[in-house]
Amino acid sequence: MMENSNEMMLIFDSRAENEGLARIAAAAFCTHLNPTLEEVSDLKTAVSEAVTNCIIHGYQGEVCKIRMRCTRKDRTIYVDIEDDGVGIPDVEKAMEPLYTTRADQDRSGMGFTFMEAFMDEVKVTSSVGKGTCVHMSKKIGN
Amino acid sequence: MKPVFETTGTCLNIKLPEELDHPASELIRRESDRIMGKIYIRTICFDFGETVFMDSSGVGLIMGRYRALGMRSGCMKACHVSGYIEKLLRLSGVSRFLELERETNETCLEGRGI
Repeated sequence: MMENSNEMMLIFDSRAENEGLARIAAAAFCTHLNPTLEEVSDLKTAVSEAVTNCIIHGYQGEVCKIRMRCTRKDRTIYVDIEDDGVGIPDVEKAMEPLYTTRADQDRSGMGFTFMEAFMDEVKVTSSVGKGTCVHMSKKIGN
Repeated sequence: MKPVFETTGTCLNIKLPEELDHPASELIRRESDRIMGKIYIRTICFDFGETVFMDSSGVGLIMGRYRALGMRSGCMKACHVSGYIEKLLRLSGVSRFLELERETNETCLEGRGI
């Protein structure tokens, strides 16, 4: 009989190579719920977006720690991705499609849009100079 | 799998890796910039045949290459595009300037797992 809750914490360096680690860990965490391939891809893309944001914007290339917490309650997966980086002065603006502060680096400005499109809920809490946390949830087998 | 770059006349073909994420997109951006600095390139064709994962970094790569080619119509193509990749390309709007050629056999999506 499947337990109706589960939790995982992952702390890793803000290196680009760890984006793959984070999305694969999140995908593996939800496999108990027997997700479709599309649900797995959606979750992986959303996690990848949030972690990329921590690396590029939060820490601006500096190597510090990123914390990812995955919890499962019944059929819903909750993912919190947190950094102690520069923070976002205007969260609403940052979440607008195509808004980017790094167009020179070929950033599309679609990160938050993808998170919102692929997850059921996305909430961002941020404090300038302290860090940012992205809270996301997705019901599997919707 | 590493990306593969081939030129045919003024067309640059880029065979994309399995995972088109932030580090992979950076590498492709730098290498294609280097090639475009040496050879005159009119069109770019992205081959998604091996690609099973993409995020907004891949979208940024495509937007950046479109700008680098002067945003001319018909200068960008994508081939072997799977259902999931097409969803990302349409959602981000890059499909407006990218000629899409779908994957011929969608069943190969099966068994890709995590």
